[in-house]
Amino acid sequence: MSVNVEYHKFDVVVVGAGGAGLNAAQVASQHVKTAVVSEVYPTRSHTISAQGGISASLGNLEEDHWHWHMFDTVKGSDYLADQDACEYMTRRAPEMIIALEHIGLPFSRTPEGKIAQRPFGGHTAEFGKRAVKRACYAADRTGHAMLQNLYEKSVEQGTHFYSEFYALELLENDGHVNGVICYDIQNGGLHVFHAKSIIFATGGNCRIYQTNSNAHINTGDGLALAMRKGMSWSDAEFFQFHPTGIYGAGNLITEGVRGEGGILLNKDGERFMERYAPTIKDLAPRDIVSRSMMKEILEGRGVGPNADHILLKIDHIGADAILEKLPGIHELALVFAGVDCTKEPIPVVPTAHYQNGGIPTNHLTQVIKGDMDGEALVPGFFAAGECASASVHGANRLGTNSLLDLVVFGRTAGEEAAKYAKENNFVELEEDAGKEGKALLEKFANANGTHTFGTVWNELTNIMQKNVGVFRTEELMTEAIEKLDEIEAKMDDFKVVDKSTVYNLDLIEALELNNMILVAKAATKAALERKESRGGHYRDDYPERDDEKYLKHTEVYLEEDGKNPRVTHRPVRMKPLTVETFPPKPRVY
Amino acid sequence: MKKVTFEIFRYDPDKDNEAYYQTYEVEIRRAGYLMLDALNQIKWEQDPTLTYRRSCREGVCGSDGLNVNGVNMLSCMTKVEDLNSDHIIVQPLPGMNVMRDLVTDVDDFFNKFITVKPYLIRKSPTPDKEFYQSPEDRKLLDGLYECIACGCCSSSCPSYWADAKYLGPNAFLRAWRYLADSRDEGAEERLPILNDQHGVWRCHTIYNCVEACPKELNPTDAIVKIRKMLLDTQF
Repeated sequence: MSVNVEYHKFDVVVVGAGGAGLNAAQVASQHVKTAVVSEVYPTRSHTISAQGGISASLGNLEEDHWHWHMFDTVKGSDYLADQDACEYMTRRAPEMIIALEHIGLPFSRTPEGKIAQRPFGGHTAEFGKRAVKRACYAADRTGHAMLQNLYEKSVEQGTHFYSEFYALELLENDGHVNGVICYDIQNGGLHVFHAKSIIFATGGNCRIYQTNSNAHINTGDGLALAMRKGMSWSDAEFFQFHPTGIYGAGNLITEGVRGEGGILLNKDGERFMERYAPTIKDLAPRDIVSRSMMKEILEGRGVGPNADHILLKIDHIGADAILEKLPGIHELALVFAGVDCTKEPIPVVPTAHYQNGGIPTNHLTQVIKGDMDGEALVPGFFAAGECASASVHGANRLGTNSLLDLVVFGRTAGEEAAKYAKENNFVELEEDAGKEGKALLEKFANANGTHTFGTVWNELTNIMQKNVGVFRTEELMTEAIEKLDEIEAKMDDFKVVDKSTVYNLDLIEALELNNMILVAKAATKAALERKESRGGHYRDDYPERDDEKYLKHTEVYLEEDGKNPRVTHRPVRMKPLTVETFPPKPRVY
Repeated sequence: MKKVTFEIFRYDPDKDNEAYYQTYEVEIRRAGYLMLDALNQIKWEQDPTLTYRRSCREGVCGSDGLNVNGVNMLSCMTKVEDLNSDHIIVQPLPGMNVMRDLVTDVDDFFNKFITVKPYLIRKSPTPDKEFYQSPEDRKLLDGLYECIACGCCSSSCPSYWADAKYLGPNAFLRAWRYLADSRDEGAEERLPILNDQHGVWRCHTIYNCVEACPKELNPTDAIVKIRKMLLDTQF
């Protein structure tokens, strides 16, 4: 165990090197001394896996308008998104796409040489009248192309990188966030980064579910770190189950497949989405498609010997079109489903994919205290990307809005954090800064108990999958909370077998598991308290949306004991920046 | 359930004077069982001290390049059954310093692709809208931008092993990705870097990189095109 701590001083420190973190970093680096600390090398962050596209009302193929995009985003969120943030994001979208194109993103093109666009779930023209081509894409490797480009750009801008550094504790002094303590995975060293502004861009946490589309690293570390410092997790109950995860594996088949004409079929060969969303059918938003699929399965119309999945048919659009527009999907289907999708349908099932909520921020990515008494800022602290909630996704995120979110709010975080750093002095580190992080590290580095990562993680993901999934009830979730408490207790009798100081993945997994349990508890508690159905949160015991009681954000805090989640609420910001409010309406497609 | 023997390279600088191989029995639990599933099974059920890199688990992040039975590949895209062998030898990528077990030092590898200025360089004014690029010009980038920086190509290259300063196939593929881009005007800045004694001329055209690339890209072709551009412009 390392005793020496190395100190670093930067104006801005970004934690996380996905699309949001790197976009923030390349912008901040243009103004002030900026560092990125990341658990993996930057090009290995989960943004790399985003496939189908990034939305913007460029109108390159047909008429489009940011106001229509804003409407779709608000309606898609089941009216839980903050409308000022939705306006901000959709208005800035075209400018962001152009900026990405200017740094080299290899977008697919129209015959005239403009950025190509295709339809995606929930994207419509004229406030819901018909599907519209709004998703810009680089074949089906949009996130990959974007992440590589943003990494290269940030290197050009002189960003300092600390790769394979794992964040242990967020530091603060007198309410000012002023640093982060990290563990160097490669050699076991401890590093304190002292900064004027800290940006969290630490990504998602769907590794708490057994069937998920997420990378190994998506364990909710940033959320856990923020919650341990008294911040809340906004809308923690809203997870997105992507309709088309590959059956058995969970890896994603992009919605772009349905955008290109792919359709879902049940065991009778019926295109069942016509029954659930007659206007836009297979291009309905993800929560609706996922639920419809699960309904088909539960009512006995699933496919396969166990009647437990659905088929995604695409061969009818032709092998040439598939290989040109969806080459990555062709490869994924071959490897993970053993299916040649130019000839056969792909077996799919809903898979945990995205956390819609996050650390609450205003539309300028400044972290706020998420209680009912207003929205006090946390000085020096910014958050963007999947770990943050501005909020634009509410109860259900539209496909392609995640890449847009991380680009727009990543950029805004970079701008705002740099501005804050220029206008403010360093806040001194506390004398014992980082002691909680060090204690956590020591606890697990010396853990010589009984339970190991493999079994405990398995139990955790099992209970989340079965009890806090696509369909939820009071009974299921109450049971989950009891089970999660038992699982948590095992962390005090845990065993980290590996004692090496060099690349100790066993130790990192223990720390991640510790965070995942906290995250799972908070999400379940939030879900239990929301006694209605809205977007991706569907309760069998409360099947209707209840605006009277629940048109408000959930905010989960940790109680003083640092263990038990406490739920409170915050009003939805219904007033946009310049246009009129979209009042809540029944959500039909 | 079928069992396969995994013989895995082990080395922990904290306690080992030299590297050794450790044998594990792995159950192949379903059709399509992947090398990464097997490594996770060992780590989570048999020996938590085994260390390797992985992230996306779908072949796009490039974390888990490994040498399996003598061939470089990604563990998350390789099915155990496709190896047609009951005895599988797993080693770290060759030609890179081993940090521990299957984890290699990749800083040098990343630094090399950065030296070729892998970003769009413009001299002319930038338009307000997107740069126009015809579908034909865009097609020239197919087979170039898909690189995931896994290191499988460079680590399979004898020139890369022999010359510590050799930029390697990955850096050249990345350089050509920008040189081939109709929007780019950076050839003048990049070509001298590629024309260096540790640059494209050191390639012996043995196609190891092409064989090794898990994304079926062709760095050798990129090298040949860079050479042609150098001949056309520099001499």
